[in-house]
Amino acid sequence: MSSPRYWRGIPQRYRLEAGKCRKCGKIYFPPRLICDECKSREFEKVNLPKEGKILTYTIIRVAPSQCTDQAPYAMGIVELSAGSTGKDGVKILSQIADCDFDKLEIGMPVRIEFRKIYQEGEAGIICYGYKCVPV
Amino acid sequence: MRDVAIIGVGMNKWGELWESSLRDIFTEAALLAIEDAGVDHIDSMYIGCMSSGLFVGQEHLSSLLTDYLGMGPIPATRVESACSSGGLALRTGLIEVASGMNDIVLVGGVEKMTDVSVHGATFALSTAADQEYEVYHGVTFPGLYALMARAHMHKYGTTRKQLAQVAVKNHYHGSMNPLAQYPQKITAEEVIESVMVADPLRILDCSPITDGAAAVILAPLDLAKKISKKPVVKIIGSGHATDTIALHSRKDLTEIKSTERAAKIAYEMASKSPDEIHLAEVHDCFTIAEICVIEALGFAEKGKGGPATEHGMTTLGGKIPVNTSGGLKSKGHPVGATGVAQAIEITKQLRGEAGERQVKNAKVGLTQNMGGSGGSSLVHIMEVV
Repeated sequence: MSSPRYWRGIPQRYRLEAGKCRKCGKIYFPPRLICDECKSREFEKVNLPKEGKILTYTIIRVAPSQCTDQAPYAMGIVELSAGSTGKDGVKILSQIADCDFDKLEIGMPVRIEFRKIYQEGEAGIICYGYKCVPV
Repeated sequence: MRDVAIIGVGMNKWGELWESSLRDIFTEAALLAIEDAGVDHIDSMYIGCMSSGLFVGQEHLSSLLTDYLGMGPIPATRVESACSSGGLALRTGLIEVASGMNDIVLVGGVEKMTDVSVHGATFALSTAADQEYEVYHGVTFPGLYALMARAHMHKYGTTRKQLAQVAVKNHYHGSMNPLAQYPQKITAEEVIESVMVADPLRILDCSPITDGAAAVILAPLDLAKKISKKPVVKIIGSGHATDTIALHSRKDLTEIKSTERAAKIAYEMASKSPDEIHLAEVHDCFTIAEICVIEALGFAEKGKGGPATEHGMTTLGGKIPVNTSGGLKSKGHPVGATGVAQAIEITKQLRGEAGERQVKNAKVGLTQNMGGSGGSSLVHIMEVV
């Protein structure tokens, strides 16, 4: 991955920066320029909550080349808690780390941690981001 | 808009075609279609191809393929919508003929997938998903469909055996298709005991990596009736819709909304309802996909796709045979060619040319082709006139 492409993802991958529509309150991760619900273009920067629950999961046994050294690993779609917003929580896809595959289940509470995602290329550039771990 | 018909089809055997190049396999299929239509020229050409750049390092297929087909300087357009590139090429060609801009239009699809390693193919296919918010985290396409499968099993009680039955049925159908890549019959036990790829999906739940091409010739219906020596198959409905690129952005992980929307448009245009469809070719890239798709098309109620498959509704001889060609699972899945090959199977069935796997009294057929995890879908309905 080129350096600019990696750098511009840092606000989301390191700090979980999302965009909240000022008009209807919908939260987007990553942030967007236009709200797909109310078409407003005004957003404020918010940070995603760090806790959520697993909606569905899988164990990747045949991994893409940059992740073969980690396989097998669990991945899940996680709905982050919406707090008192009255809206559905933001959903993300991430690895579920430090878990016992046999104990994974839908509805299981998890929290986001900052982790190494993979190591790239001959120079071994380390790419970071978020993974979820069981609470 | 003018009415449009399919007057010629062309396809060779699919598989790991190490001795043929992309230009060879495309030209073979295109020449077969031209011969089948009995036309001496084409006015224009559309090519569905997902990623010749990543698979063989070749872009600019419009020039390359008209050149090798000996049809230069006609206009040619490559269209891309991931695994629904072929379906989109069909719709784009349909629009050109319907508009009156051109009369005889070749719609082809091609993908040459085995010139790269398995990792190379996995990467090329993964570009149909969100690179920064799905693929970055290590997911693969089997992984994305596994997430859908788990959600469907949890919400509706769909069983492991019902998933397997999709593969068993499609290989049974494929065993009667001499052009299928994997015409072997398989059992549910073999599927359930095959190597795990992404829980709960195993290798025999997945469509293969394939080299292949397919082509059809379109013409205005009036002209088709004059020049065609075979039963004329009219395209009576065409629907196209999109959805979020990331699976996790969707409200319900068990539904394929782009297919529901495309189907609604196509049914309305054709003035048909799901129970007036005699057979369908659908996008079974993974077993779970066929279950979600037959629900989205209205052949089965939401959540009932698994039991419907298990009880034989979609098997040859059932209420609505699905994937009589063998589907992506047995026939193969050269991604850009798949949508066009689906139209070929329906055309052959409606003409009564499907041999051993012929659906009796088939008059109306449907194709459904989708890209990514359902980020784009095309639905076409055809009727023999």
